[in-house]
Amino acid sequence: MATTEQKKAPEQKKGIGSLVITVERCKGCGFCIEFCPTEALKFSEQYNAKGYHPPVLVSQELCNGCNICGLLCPDFAIYGFINRKKKQ
Amino acid sequence: MAEELFEIEESVPVNTVESFLRMERMPHIWCPGCGIGTTVNCFAHALETSGLDLQKVSVVSGIGCTGRVAGYINLDSFHTTHGRAIPFATGLKLANPELKVIVYSGDGDLTAIGGNHFIHAARRNVDMTVILINNFTYGMTGGQVAPTTPLSATASTTPYGNYEQSFNLPYLAESCGAVYVARWTAFHVRHLTKAIKEALAKKGFSFVEVLAPCPTLYSRRNKIGDGLDQMIYYKDNSEIRNGADTKTIPLEFQGKIVVGKFVDKERPTYLDAMNEFYQQKLGEDYIPYKG
Repeated sequence: MATTEQKKAPEQKKGIGSLVITVERCKGCGFCIEFCPTEALKFSEQYNAKGYHPPVLVSQELCNGCNICGLLCPDFAIYGFINRKKKQ
Repeated sequence: MAEELFEIEESVPVNTVESFLRMERMPHIWCPGCGIGTTVNCFAHALETSGLDLQKVSVVSGIGCTGRVAGYINLDSFHTTHGRAIPFATGLKLANPELKVIVYSGDGDLTAIGGNHFIHAARRNVDMTVILINNFTYGMTGGQVAPTTPLSATASTTPYGNYEQSFNLPYLAESCGAVYVARWTAFHVRHLTKAIKEALAKKGFSFVEVLAPCPTLYSRRNKIGDGLDQMIYYKDNSEIRNGADTKTIPLEFQGKIVVGKFVDKERPTYLDAMNEFYQQKLGEDYIPYKG
C-alpha cells in the first residue's frame, strides 16, 4: 500500500544518486520512466489514492541523481539528487 | 573507495522547484500527460540559476491552461483577462522599470486574442520575456481551432480537419523585431532551461516558444496517442538547428520540428529609445525617465 508521505526510495545498495517520490501527487504519465537515461524506474504495481501507478526504482544502484525525472515531471512528484559524503 | 564517496545522505535535500510554487494549491488542474508542468519545472530551475532578485520578478499570465501558471508560481504574479497579458506586463514595466517582467501564457491567449499586443510589444522592443506554451489548441475551452493548429489537424470546430494556415511563431516574432527567439519542446528540458535563462538575461523582447503535448484535446482528437506518445514523437522528430532562418521552420501536422535558438541580437529597448530620442531633441531640458 502506497503511503501519502514523501518517502525516500528503499536503500538496498548505495548508488550515486537517490530519488524522492511523492506518490500522491503522481498522475502516472510515465515521462520519468520513459526518459530516464539509466532506465532506473518502472511503474509500481500499487495504486495511489487517485488510481494511478506511481514510478518506483528498479534498483537503487541504477540511479545517478541526474534529476531528469525531476525536470520532466509535470506534477512535481519526483526529484533526484546526488548523494554526498556523510559528514563525520 | 567508491562506497565511501557516495554514502547516502542522512538529510534529504528538498525539491528546489517547490520553493517557487504555491504548494497549497497542488495538485494542479493540468491533465495527466500535459506538458505545462514540465515547462514550469524548467522555468523554476532557470529562475533559480539566473541570479535574479526574486523580489523584483513578476509573472503575468492570460487565460487558459497555461494561464494558470501565474496562480501556481510563488512570485508576484497576476492572472489577467484573456489576451491582455502583454499590455498588463508593458504597464508593469513602464511604471517600474526595475522589475523583471515575464509573460507566461498559451498560444491562443498570446497570438489569437492577444496577437495585436504581441506584435506591438515586439515592435517596440519592450523589455520583457515571453514564454509561450504552444499546445496547438484551446485546451481549456474544449479544443477549438487555434491560430497555431497545423493544417489538416482536427479540432472541435474543424471536425474534417483544419484548413487555415497556421502561424510560424518564431518568424512572426523575428519579423516584428524580437531580440531573442528560440523554440524548444517540453521534451528538451535541459535546453529549455538554458534558453529561458538566456531569455531572462536578455534586455529587450525575448521570446521562447515551447511545444507541449495536450493529451486530452489535441492528441486524443487527432488519434496520435497520449502525452507520453507526443513526448516520444518530439524526441524522435526534433532537429536542433541553431541560427536557422525562421522563415524556413513552419510547423506541420506531425512533421519535422526544427528547434533551437534562432535570433539573438541587440536593439534599443522601448524606454532606452524614448530617453535617447528626447535627449537628442530637448537636450538638457529633458530628465530621463527612470520610473
